[in-house]
Amino acid sequence: MKKAAWLFALSFVVLVDSRYAYAFCGFYVAKADTKIFNKASQVVLARQDDKTVITMVNDFKGDPKEFAVVIPVPTLIERDQVNVGDKKIIDHLDAYTSPRLVEYFDNGPCQLRVLREMQMPMAASRLKSADARADALGVMVQAQYTVGEYDIVMLSAKQGQGLETWLKENGYRLPKGTSEVLGSYIKQKMHFFVAKVNLKEQSKLGFNYLRPIQVAYESPKFMLPLRLGTLNADGYQELFIYTLTQRGRVEPTNYRTVKLPTGMDLPIYLKDHFQKFYRDMFDQQVKKVDLRAVFTEYAWDMNGCDPCAAEPLSFEELRGLGVFWLTQGRPEIVPNPMIGGARDVFVTRLHVRYDAERFPEDLMLQETADRSNFQARYVLRHPWTGERECPATEEYRRAVLRRQETEARQLADLTGWELDEIRKQMELGPKPSPIEEKWWQKIWRR
Amino acid sequence: MRSNMVFGRYAERLPKDPRYYQIAGLFSLLLYGVGWLEFDIGAYSIAILLSTVTFVQFLCTKLFSSSTFDCRSALISGLSLCLLLRTTDSTLTIMTAMITIASKFLLTWNGKHIFNPTNFGIIAMLALTGRVWVSPAQWGSQLYFAFMIVCLGGIVIHRAMRSDVSLAFILFYAGILYLRALWLGDPWSIPLKQFQSGALLLFTFFMISDPKTTPDSRSGRIFFALLVAAGAAYVQFVLYRNNGLLWSLAICSMLTPLIDYMSPGKQYRWQIPNTGGQGDVHEESSLAFRPLVRRVG
Repeated sequence: MKKAAWLFALSFVVLVDSRYAYAFCGFYVAKADTKIFNKASQVVLARQDDKTVITMVNDFKGDPKEFAVVIPVPTLIERDQVNVGDKKIIDHLDAYTSPRLVEYFDNGPCQLRVLREMQMPMAASRLKSADARADALGVMVQAQYTVGEYDIVMLSAKQGQGLETWLKENGYRLPKGTSEVLGSYIKQKMHFFVAKVNLKEQSKLGFNYLRPIQVAYESPKFMLPLRLGTLNADGYQELFIYTLTQRGRVEPTNYRTVKLPTGMDLPIYLKDHFQKFYRDMFDQQVKKVDLRAVFTEYAWDMNGCDPCAAEPLSFEELRGLGVFWLTQGRPEIVPNPMIGGARDVFVTRLHVRYDAERFPEDLMLQETADRSNFQARYVLRHPWTGERECPATEEYRRAVLRRQETEARQLADLTGWELDEIRKQMELGPKPSPIEEKWWQKIWRR
Repeated sequence: MRSNMVFGRYAERLPKDPRYYQIAGLFSLLLYGVGWLEFDIGAYSIAILLSTVTFVQFLCTKLFSSSTFDCRSALISGLSLCLLLRTTDSTLTIMTAMITIASKFLLTWNGKHIFNPTNFGIIAMLALTGRVWVSPAQWGSQLYFAFMIVCLGGIVIHRAMRSDVSLAFILFYAGILYLRALWLGDPWSIPLKQFQSGALLLFTFFMISDPKTTPDSRSGRIFFALLVAAGAAYVQFVLYRNNGLLWSLAICSMLTPLIDYMSPGKQYRWQIPNTGGQGDVHEESSLAFRPLVRRVG
């Protein structure tokens, strides 16, 4: 009998997770007595030579009048160097770089292998004060302006204590130990970018969320200030860093970088629990390194992706994130993201969980020449469920059982979940395999 | 007593040439890095680096030197490159290995090569191509690792009898880190974290300690250590550039002939291989160990 060829035997589905809540890289300063924690931040850095554009995203949920942020910056920032960005682009970048789940369907053991690729639409994740008083405190208000819904003050100071007093007198609530950290930044010739929400402007603009603030500056310092953020944090904090560079992958020079485990086959029931998996797996990996490393979650040429959790960013989107070296005239939309086009951008996504103890220093970064692609990708393999019998079927079923045992162990190892619970979810029998292979069958696999 | 005698007998049998210990130390570090710390270097690149350095050493010995071929120093350079050099391009890997070894034969002054070969190879490639990099944070900063590297390095420097330059450097550099923290009002955890860097210890005990490129006199070496420490801090904390240690050592090495002129001393020579000509192993008497001066060959 002629064997029927089944089309579409192999397909994959891409699911994306992006569940974390984000906030600013600096620290929140409450103007009233509301307790605010900045547990997670999302930062995009577009950098070439010494020119940097930083985009900071927050999902601050409280009353906008309570929101304020103090960010140390290496140079004075003028009005033209500040912009309010579009949150949607960062959501897109987040989706594009997210850990992804890939799904395959086994061929029937008796059939020809024919491939189809199917891509599911993925759920895209997700000042003013008296000059005299300032002088007395050694604080210089270098500039003051409003951009979008933000009132921005650019400050320089002579000492941390004076700056802390000035901020407090101007209604900012600061965590303990702020003046020491501010003092250290002042001696390192840093300035301070202070932003708060202008309620009038915000209601005029009609946004019901805070849009990302973008700042462009030129400085050899390629770093992210973490120290202020650890002062008012309750426990650890989460930071996602997306870098857009020309040459290649970005890595920290003062903290070890570890790649997130990738490429494992995992039980198929994870399809509905991918977000929980990602969170618990990250928890487990962080524990393994004792919270002492930064994780690379994605590193890819912006020209493509394989599989795509989301389309690569368009020219306009990249410009929107401050990728200033791109010029018009390059291919706009890449016709096929697998093949790629000519966008001169390499994206790196770093994920770090930090606290003051393990990350006492700011994060210093360097751009490497490494253009190797890396992604956090996990595979679900659906066993063939057909009923046709042929000599290969028995061996196939044994192989599936062996594979499922491995998947269960891998999942337990990655996430720290109970193996018994995983096996229960997978509906595996209590003992490894009811169809135990005979020893001689292992010698001559057919 | 008995165990001491047994140990002593074994110790006598150990090779006197410090390079064996250095090779063993670097090799263990490479195993640790690749096996446990997921270093970004594959077996293929390691093979390319080690075979290229050996081949170029052989070639350069034939072309530029009257002495016999000896692959020990070349292997040290090759293993150091495995630990430090990162690139995705095999051509650049080969080029770096070639420059590293060739610099020993071509860039010499008064019978000494000017640059630590590995240091020169990496700096030249960083400056010329921009397509190689060094990952200083690859070691992490866990304490147990710091201990291990100090111990391994300790063996090497005792054997090479040039521990003064390493110790002086690490003291000066730690001093700079702690004074800077004091001035900035930073918590001690910051300089401690900077000090516990595997890359710093590797540099201290395996690179700056190179007896062939450091000044000949003790005072010269201590001055050299101070210069390198200050230069590294300047690159890192004033210019805000990466690889401060490597840049500083490369630049300060150019001053070694001048330091040797101002403060002359005995030149260091590795033990000459048995198959070769005659030579003395010069080491200094002012150190804790008895000097080892004997005829070889």
